[in-house]
Amino acid sequence: MEKFTLLQSKAVPLPIENVDTDQIIPARFLKATNKIGFGNNLFRDWRYNDKNEEIPNFVLNNSKYSGSILVAGDNFGCGSSREHAAWALTDYGFKVIVSSYFADIFKGNALNNGLLPIQVSPEFLKEMFQAIEDNSEVEITVDLETQTISFNDKTESFAIDSYKKICMLNGYDDIDFLVSKKAEIEQFEQNRTLSYEF
Amino acid sequence: MEKKTLFDKVWDSHVVSSVPDGPQILYIDKHLIHEVTSPQAFAELEERNIPVFRKQKIVATADHNVPTKEQHLPIKDELSRNQVEQLTKNCEKNGIELYGLGHEYQGIVHVIAPELGVTLPGMTMVCGDSHTSTHGAFGTIAFGIGTSQVAQVFASQCLLLNKPKSLRVNVNGKLANGVSPKDVILYIISQIGTNAGTGYFCEYAGNVFREMSMEGRMTVCNMSIEMGARGGMIAPDEVTFEYIKGRKFAPKGEQFEQYVAHWKTLPTDDGAVFDKEYSFNAEDIKPMITYGTNPGMGIGVNQAIPSPENDPSFDKALEYMGFQKGEHLVGKPINYVFIGSCTNSRIEDFRAAANYIKGKQKAANVTALIVPGSQQVAKQIQEEGLTAIFESAGFEIRQSGCSACLAMNDDKIPSGEYCVSTSNRNFEGRQGQGARTLLASPVMAAATAVEGKIVDLTLTLN
Repeated sequence: MEKFTLLQSKAVPLPIENVDTDQIIPARFLKATNKIGFGNNLFRDWRYNDKNEEIPNFVLNNSKYSGSILVAGDNFGCGSSREHAAWALTDYGFKVIVSSYFADIFKGNALNNGLLPIQVSPEFLKEMFQAIEDNSEVEITVDLETQTISFNDKTESFAIDSYKKICMLNGYDDIDFLVSKKAEIEQFEQNRTLSYEF
Repeated sequence: MEKKTLFDKVWDSHVVSSVPDGPQILYIDKHLIHEVTSPQAFAELEERNIPVFRKQKIVATADHNVPTKEQHLPIKDELSRNQVEQLTKNCEKNGIELYGLGHEYQGIVHVIAPELGVTLPGMTMVCGDSHTSTHGAFGTIAFGIGTSQVAQVFASQCLLLNKPKSLRVNVNGKLANGVSPKDVILYIISQIGTNAGTGYFCEYAGNVFREMSMEGRMTVCNMSIEMGARGGMIAPDEVTFEYIKGRKFAPKGEQFEQYVAHWKTLPTDDGAVFDKEYSFNAEDIKPMITYGTNPGMGIGVNQAIPSPENDPSFDKALEYMGFQKGEHLVGKPINYVFIGSCTNSRIEDFRAAANYIKGKQKAANVTALIVPGSQQVAKQIQEEGLTAIFESAGFEIRQSGCSACLAMNDDKIPSGEYCVSTSNRNFEGRQGQGARTLLASPVMAAATAVEGKIVDLTLTLN
């Protein structure tokens, strides 16, 4: 996993609530057995019509907006557990998603792929949308060390699990950690009265 | 003594250890896998040279991406065939039990595990699928995980997790005639919204759930994720034990009794406190239908679509659906009906639909699809004589799989068409690009197929 410390970038606004993972990556693109190339189909049916032509009013097709921060409406990433959603967002080039609320499974998947989900207050989110609308060039700064996000003269701090913060800062993932606990896990198995094995 | 919830009891007994100021290591008793969310996890392990830690705790099936016609033939779509073959290879290589296409136990992962007695109260269970919450019907901690976590469970039989907060939804009273478990859960989500449960694990309590069959409880718990909750549980009771007894992989004889004794200790202690609680009256619940593009956008079938102001997301949803604020849905022509999915593809669902359909014909404009949740359910449909009822009414019966719920295979609803569906998600394009989904119960779906339009089930059944 890539390390994440500090990011300064312009942002892409997506002021839609309840963006579900079926929109992020439709099911018909889940047939791959690797993690490559999902970015091409990110928001596929909002980006392209059924003739594969770009839909001009969708934000990813608007050259005015760019950057590796996606700013989205409330309850981002709801629905299916497909990690392909996180792979599509990172493959497209996003490193941070900002919303006032994230669905649980998506949030975990994002963190496991070095994609930082930042939950901000609804007011701060509203101000961010406004700032991007006023000036699409506005720079947003994300500092994971101090857990702050800022633009113009506004700053808000965000929460992140301290273990996950260490993982993100250092590019660690959970597998190595869990494998290192093998003896403890085996001990747990031996101590159980009901093993649920028949 | 500390008062504990059902969830606390199961969770706490599976904690291997806690990371200081961090997550807990939670032991997983059963890991269900399928073809779509497992290949990258197997590849990850292989790259890092890590073996599968407890292969006997994994059960595999092919369901999401399989055709529902001519399953004995090679899959036509190359990518789908490759994905299903990859699962077979991965299972062979790692010694994992696979119920693949053609196997008598194949089916939707959340249908087969309960029917085989794999799902048991008090266990922890995961799958790379958000509807793993289904198994909570047994008093099981069951939840969906991403592919990185699938790899973690392969590698260690554990996950790193922060304990979720607790939520209880109480529904008490008497359900009206024709109000099914699907209506109960659609009603709950319509009342509390699609993110009320985010960060929580839910328990459903009250006489309405106690009086439900296991199939009904599974329908309810299945949709917990649609209100954002990672999982939903119902306390195990005699109905649960009776369902499990004698099933293929369930404990038998004295061992069964030993487990039942443990399961009886699991229900939430009197006086245990939940972080959040909602209560509803059963009498307020009507046969439900959704009108929008998330499962929280539901109404009683004879009610009007709400008219909120200054809500662009709501407007966007109605525009997609082709509906107006304040509009009633009764009488809307519908050309597609789908009865299937991990929410409603068990034998009781088909019995309920057949009971309504018996002696009737589907409307000429309707394409009606019956997709059993498993080979076992398909067999039951046949044995109970439901096949004749469906076929003579003009319904098409397919082979088991996830099918038109997520339309990964060829079972797609055409663009712009409405489908009354017993599945769990009405997201844009979920059942095919441009398809418009209206979620409902099996009886509502059956009635729609017969009439060719949305009917007021409250009038029909009373």
